[in-house]
Amino acid sequence: MAEERKRRKLIPNRTPIPEQDPKKRGSNFKEVSLGYTTEQALEEAERCIRCAKPQCVKGCPVGVQIGDFIELVQEKNFQGAIDKIKETNILPAVCGRVCPQEDQCEKLCVVGKKFEPVAIGRLERFVADWERDHGQKTKPKVAKSTGKTVAIVGSGPAGVTAASDLAQMGHKVTVFEALHEPGGVLLYGIPEFRLPKSIVAEEIACLTDLGVDIQTNAVVGKLMTVDELMEDFDAVFIGSGAGLPNFMGIDGENLNGVYSANEFLTRTNLMKAYDFPKFDTPIKVGDRVAVVGGGNVAMDSVRTALRLGAEEAIIVYRRSDAELPARAEEVHHAHEEAIRFELLTSPTKVIGEDGWVKAIECVRMELGEPDDSGRRRPVPIKGSEFQIPVNVVVMSIGTGANPLVPQSTKNLDLNKWGYIVADEETGRTSREGVYAGGDIVTGSATVILAMGAGRKAAGDIHRYLMGEPEPEVETAAEVKNQP
Amino acid sequence: MKSDLTKILETKLIREPDVFYFKLDAPAIARKAKPGQFVIIRLNEQGERIPLSLADINPDEGTISLIVMAVGKTTAEFVELKTGDEISDVCGPLGQPTHIEKLGKVIVSGGGFGVAPLFPIARAFKAAGNEVVCVMGARSADLLIYEDEMQTVCDRVLVTTDDGSKGTKGVVTVALEEELKKGDTDLVICVGPAIMMKFVAFTTKNYNVKTMVSLNPIMVDGSGMCGACRVSVGGETKFACTDGPEFDGHQVDWDLLMSRQQMYLSEEKESFEAWKARHAHLLETS
Ligand SMILES: Cc1cc2nc3c(=O)[nH]c(=O)nc-3n(C[C@H](O)[C@H](O)[C@H](O)COP(=O)(O)OP(=O)(O)OC[C@H]3O[C@@H](n4cnc5c(N)ncnc54)[C@H](O)[C@@H]3O)c2cc1C
Ligand SMILES: Cc1cc2nc3c(=O)[nH]c(=O)nc-3n(C[C@H](O)[C@H](O)[C@H](O)COP(=O)(O)OP(=O)(O)OC[C@H]3O[C@@H](n4cnc5c(N)ncnc54)[C@H](O)[C@@H]3O)c2cc1C
Ligand code: SF4
Ligand code: FES
Repeated sequence: MAEERKRRKLIPNRTPIPEQDPKKRGSNFKEVSLGYTTEQALEEAERCIRCAKPQCVKGCPVGVQIGDFIELVQEKNFQGAIDKIKETNILPAVCGRVCPQEDQCEKLCVVGKKFEPVAIGRLERFVADWERDHGQKTKPKVAKSTGKTVAIVGSGPAGVTAASDLAQMGHKVTVFEALHEPGGVLLYGIPEFRLPKSIVAEEIACLTDLGVDIQTNAVVGKLMTVDELMEDFDAVFIGSGAGLPNFMGIDGENLNGVYSANEFLTRTNLMKAYDFPKFDTPIKVGDRVAVVGGGNVAMDSVRTALRLGAEEAIIVYRRSDAELPARAEEVHHAHEEAIRFELLTSPTKVIGEDGWVKAIECVRMELGEPDDSGRRRPVPIKGSEFQIPVNVVVMSIGTGANPLVPQSTKNLDLNKWGYIVADEETGRTSREGVYAGGDIVTGSATVILAMGAGRKAAGDIHRYLMGEPEPEVETAAEVKNQP
Repeated sequence: MKSDLTKILETKLIREPDVFYFKLDAPAIARKAKPGQFVIIRLNEQGERIPLSLADINPDEGTISLIVMAVGKTTAEFVELKTGDEISDVCGPLGQPTHIEKLGKVIVSGGGFGVAPLFPIARAFKAAGNEVVCVMGARSADLLIYEDEMQTVCDRVLVTTDDGSKGTKGVVTVALEEELKKGDTDLVICVGPAIMMKFVAFTTKNYNVKTMVSLNPIMVDGSGMCGACRVSVGGETKFACTDGPEFDGHQVDWDLLMSRQQMYLSEEKESFEAWKARHAHLLETS
């Protein structure tokens, strides 16, 4: 069949995806992208030429069998397609929406060498949504109880994946989550207009269906330590994320009206401040909001500000358009929504009046020599300082490791930034039986990488619990002790 | 979906009309909590997360106690709760515990609801072998709380009232200064409204006595994730929920704390007024 398809003519452009009108969506929190209809999905799937050696799979951090699932879509076997994806990815409705596909699967797509790559993410989302709307959720098989217990710290993608896999392997799993609802960044960080919370809730419901016990309001490091968990459980997986917000350390940063992106998004998403006073938690938006940063978190913050009623919402980013780390689609959507971009611009101080933000002083930048990350280093242009009048500033310049878990755990090796040292293939830490993965190991990364880490760790935890022989791998401690 | 509700085992009016005592069934928290720590509660699905200090911890009984002063929507809603009612979320223990050691003489000084969290702190300092003196103040005698409880764990309790209706007439710092003049104080711990803590810290500075204050900025998660609780101590930004809530009172930027506490004044008013309006209606029909 592959042969036959290959002869087909390449279709240069991807099937456009229906979206909410940019003018209307700026004032609501409904999902921006509406998803393919069945016809559109079939049309897009036809663009896949079913390469003998699909390159796209290499770009997917968890190795979703992309060619196979798209072929099933071509055959209109949507249930088959979603089952195929779920062999490797338990959160397809999430990943189809938030993966940076242009840097992963779609980047390597062969069609993309000449034309636009196949819209793999959109197809993944289509079949995931199809299953929710039509399908019979295939109940995962749960192995016979092993009598072993595992504690999972954190309910973000890393923790959820590890919990799901381990529960299916027959272990008794308990998840400890600091906040009052599970989901991690999927819940409190990524806004409704990009990832509806009902989807996150369904993924969590799958966990409870598997018999996983989720304990909310449980701050590990405070309510109990990892050492105490090790007394009650046979293994512990730490997936506590990189939730510590960074600030710039400039003057005026503690003025009223200056938020971390975490606070701004948590108030809105988790605490539903957009529906104040029906919900008790307030938020300040004001007419003009500056968001400092250029990643997904910054795009989410600036577009949230717009939806909360800001007349002008502005991105202030120190490098140029080409370096914006956010997903291309988010930047595109932000432009459509008339977000103002002040690129090659960096804040120098926040100016206040009576305790409140009045303006942000910035300096123009130019790109100099490449830095450690390979990107050209932005350098301030002397004398180019100027002010942008704003009422609210959102600092979205990255996050660090929250020290609560690492510092309350004995003999847990950390790297110089405070992240947990864990083996990439197995999630093993310097403590036997203690595993870690996701942002708390890598620093802020992606949903799919966190999921992948949770899955790999679950595999090794299973091996460890069942007393199966060690595969030949270096432990984290060995890696670290190498010269 | 939620199954981990927390039950209220006991309620008590502490001071007319707005200060209440609550004992909660929270064995896991009680097992771990130490004096000086707090919890974050959310009453219901629409609720806000608010921090409340631990006024008592009883690990054997599996309970914690809170003193709540109704100042706005959430606290007013809280004090309406009765024995047997359940709270959606209680998260803790949070923050760093008070550092308890044998020093000699420790003054615990409080105002408003702040006297309540001082109770387990005073008890712990006493148990560690210190002389513990409590200096507490209020506008008038009927506004004082926890005096009797403090008597049970302190060597002496000194009371001040602004109107002189009980104890020394004047503000807390008047009585505090008398005590400091003796020159034998090793540590002052102060919990209360920001303005009171500020003046206590000013007073003790003159006597060069180390002073720990328990800061009460606005919080959301209480676990270091949002930065809402930023305070400035010794010129450095700290997160009160994880680095504190206790800090060296001589280094705190009080104006910043007080300014940040007022960030949502207009929204708080709107929320409280709306609640009162709804509430009045309920009262009428019931
Ligand atoms: C606003 C925003 C937008 C993003 N957009 C994208 C995107 O479009 N695409 C993409 O791929 N990635 C995106 N990311 C990144 C992605 O969400 C993260 O890389 C991913 O969620 C990391 O997963 P995790 O499981 O390691 O941690 P998290 O999702 O951070 O989950 C960690 C969980 O652990 C809990 N926790 C922390 N400490 C404790 C403790 N002491 N005890 C108990 N529980 C604890 C936290 O409350 C949290 O629920 C975005 C991130 C943000 C903030
Ligand atoms: C560490 C800490 C311990 C505390 N312990 C106690 C206690 O034991 N008993 C007690 O009665 N009160 C305590 N408070 C104060 C209590 O949290 C506030 O009174 C409460 O949040 C007010 O909420 P409200 O909706 O009733 O009133 P609002 O009208 O919303 O607020 C009244 C004032 O309370 C403060 N406040 C509002 N929201 C928050 C919030 N989310 N976090 C912190 N402060 C807020 C603001 O300064 C505001 O101006 C403590 C605060 C902190 C930070
Ligand atoms: S999980 Fe992400 S990278 Fe993998 S196929 Fe799906 S969209 Fe592409
Ligand atoms: S309350 Fe969020 S960091 Fe302290």
